[in-house]
Amino acid sequence: MAVPRYWREVKSRYRLQGSQCTRCGRIYFPKRSVCPYCKRQSIDKIVPYNLSGEGTVESFTSVYEPMGGFEMQVPYIMALIKLKEGITITGQIVDIEEKDLKIGMPVKMVFRKIGEDGKSGIIYYGYKFSPEMYNSISTP
Amino acid sequence: MREVAIVGIGSTKFGELWDRSFREIGIEAGLKAMNDAKITSSDLDALYAGTMSTGSLINQENVASLLLDYSGLASDHLPAIRIEAGEASGALAFHQAYISVASGYYNIVVVGGAEKLTDVSEDVAREITSATSDQEWESFLGSTQASQYALIAKRHMHQYNTSREAMAQMSVISHANASLNPTSHMQNKITIEDVLKAPPVATPLGMLDCAPMSDGAAAVILCPLDIAKKFTDTPIKVSASVVSTDTIALFNRRDITSFDSTILAAKKAYDISNKSPDKIDIAEINDNYSIAGLLSVEDLMFSEKGKVSKNLLEGKYALGDKPSINTSGGLKGHGQPYGAVGVSQLVEVVSQLRGEAGKRQVSGASVGLTQTVGGIGSVSVVNILERVN
Amino acid sequence: MVGIVSYGAYIPRYRISPKEIGRVWGIDGVAYGKSLNIQTKSVPGPDEDTITIATQAAIHAMDRVNINPEDIGAIYVGSESHPYAVKPSATIVGETIGATPNMTAADMEFACKAGTAAIQVSMGLVSSDMCKYSMAIGADTSQGAPGDPLEYSASAGGAAFLIGKEKTIADINYTCSYTTDTPDFWRREGQKYPRHGGRFTGEPAYFKHITSCANMLMKHMNTKPEDYTYAIFHQPNGKYPFKVARMLNFKEEQVKEGILTPLIGNTYSGAVMIALSAILDKAKPGDRIMVVAFGSGAGCDGFDITVNENILSYPINKAPTVDWLIKRNVMLDYAMYAKYRTKIILNEGD
Repeated sequence: MAVPRYWREVKSRYRLQGSQCTRCGRIYFPKRSVCPYCKRQSIDKIVPYNLSGEGTVESFTSVYEPMGGFEMQVPYIMALIKLKEGITITGQIVDIEEKDLKIGMPVKMVFRKIGEDGKSGIIYYGYKFSPEMYNSISTP
Repeated sequence: MREVAIVGIGSTKFGELWDRSFREIGIEAGLKAMNDAKITSSDLDALYAGTMSTGSLINQENVASLLLDYSGLASDHLPAIRIEAGEASGALAFHQAYISVASGYYNIVVVGGAEKLTDVSEDVAREITSATSDQEWESFLGSTQASQYALIAKRHMHQYNTSREAMAQMSVISHANASLNPTSHMQNKITIEDVLKAPPVATPLGMLDCAPMSDGAAAVILCPLDIAKKFTDTPIKVSASVVSTDTIALFNRRDITSFDSTILAAKKAYDISNKSPDKIDIAEINDNYSIAGLLSVEDLMFSEKGKVSKNLLEGKYALGDKPSINTSGGLKGHGQPYGAVGVSQLVEVVSQLRGEAGKRQVSGASVGLTQTVGGIGSVSVVNILERVN
Repeated sequence: MVGIVSYGAYIPRYRISPKEIGRVWGIDGVAYGKSLNIQTKSVPGPDEDTITIATQAAIHAMDRVNINPEDIGAIYVGSESHPYAVKPSATIVGETIGATPNMTAADMEFACKAGTAAIQVSMGLVSSDMCKYSMAIGADTSQGAPGDPLEYSASAGGAAFLIGKEKTIADINYTCSYTTDTPDFWRREGQKYPRHGGRFTGEPAYFKHITSCANMLMKHMNTKPEDYTYAIFHQPNGKYPFKVARMLNFKEEQVKEGILTPLIGNTYSGAVMIALSAILDKAKPGDRIMVVAFGSGAGCDGFDITVNENILSYPINKAPTVDWLIKRNVMLDYAMYAKYRTKIILNEGD
């Protein structure tokens, strides 16, 4: 991915910063400049919103034929996560094997390496989701 | 708006066409269609071309001019328009061509869909394919097209108790039909057992749940219905051609176990053509993954929502049933050269409605439907065709 | 008084044992592990590196405290395995916790004491009122050359400390350092693995610097070993910290809970910082802690810390405790370990 394109989204990639429409209150991730609900009336009324990173698993799959850059992690788990704020996003699930994962399991966002542009290019970081990390804070 | 008919069809063989280039397969399909309609280039008013990724696959953009040029038509300086809508590029090119003739702007138009997937390695093809999902928020994070459909499959199994066997049966039907079709990429029959035992791609989908990467091209000729008999004894009327869209990202959908874009396009198409789902004799549907075929059957209302698994296991949708699904072999069996698919689905329906489908003929077929999907259901095109007497 | 406002640690979940490493290199790994007093060491996953570890530790520190991240005026990440030779890890941490753009940042290196060096710089900025808060992170994914003794101990982990003056949970009474030019362990630019002086790393390096620094600190503070509830020493293996404790007349109970190397290996710049996190996880108001970090090259940073009452209302359960991080472990075989640590030669152009 081209450097400017990656850099532009780092706030979203690193800390799940989405947006909120101040007219209707709806939260979006990734960020939007137009609220699909308020449409034109939302222009200039959208502000940044940091999502909590907690959610539950809606669906998941173990990928055996990987996307470029993910070969070292095969099989890796891709999932749809329904965040606490009520919206769903796509992300990798880590720290668990597919056989132990279930739809509905709670997860928490973790900061991981997504990939890199070869051995000399920049490194891509971003959000993934871990059921273990969720458990680390709910059990004293 | 005047009525439009398909008066000529043509297709290359679909498969790994190592010694054929993109332009060669594009022209072959176009010329076959023109021969079928017995027209010459001086009859043509425009070319609509549908291809998804020539830029990444063969480093070539501006392909409409390229195809026209290599068909020998550059000196005619015809309008040539290229349409892109992911895997539905061919179907959308057809839709645009249909509108242009229905509106009266053009009279005789050739629509071609072509794609050459095998010039690049499978890894590269996989990445190019994922470009129809949300690059930034799905593909960049590790999603492949297969993993997207796998998420749908898992959810469909969770919500409706859909079985792996039912999904496998979709591939079995496609292969069975493909083995009767000389232009199919796949020529072998398979069993449910074969599908279940195949190596995993993205669980629960395995290798035999996924359409192959194919090369191929197909073309149709359109003209106003009232002059169609000049070109063929069996003009096929386009009773409806509807496009509908949805969010690009799968995670933004209302319900990932349906493609709203197909549901809405189909409802409108049934409405416009005054045909209900039970009137459809043959349907060429999107089965790039076995689960996609199940969604298509439900979204096109050939099955109640959540019941398609049961129906498939009871033997429905196979050749001879009403509707007979993917008599061509579908994407799984016939092949999946992205831009060509939307047009080759039409070629199959026309063949069936004309009674020219050979060993896979559905007897008495008079109404057919095509459904082509781009991205993970972010765009659907539904066409309904009828035999006219 | 300048002190610790919040802290957070991170240790990857994977482990490998000396027995398994020894199996591949023809060494009695069990015996070697016993001689180092190391049972397992942590291994970073294929999508983890010093930046992800530093950032996750920083997130944990921020999860436990309610401050405006924009009040963080500086971030320093100390490591000897920064993923970039040029381009700081600290800015990525800053962006993730929301401290950018009004802050200063830099990466530091001083073998295993780069994190504590960052604490000292943070103390300077905060006590001079140049910054309201400064974050110091020590994190590493250090590598030992295959078959080398260091391969049995070099591991991965990190911890982040938010330094400030207001609402501290522990106050840093004093810091001092003992630094000389001693080449006991080094890695040249461009080399994948470090080299070391074998037995030279013991007496003239580790032991000399730690005892000198600890004595210097106690002399300045006018304290004796028994004045401290806990003592944390750098721990390249599970033997040295016990030995240096005895040399300084500390009792085993004072150092035992701050020695984590036997279970997680030597996390280099993370070692002393993770150990301090483990102690703070269970510390009570009034507990006094001596911390002496050692970095090859060589030098020691010493700290005299007193825990205060605010620790009672400090929500450690908002982030994983060190105990939880240590207990969560998944054993690897050497093949998987080699794959994760990129010791396997892949195809060019892939």
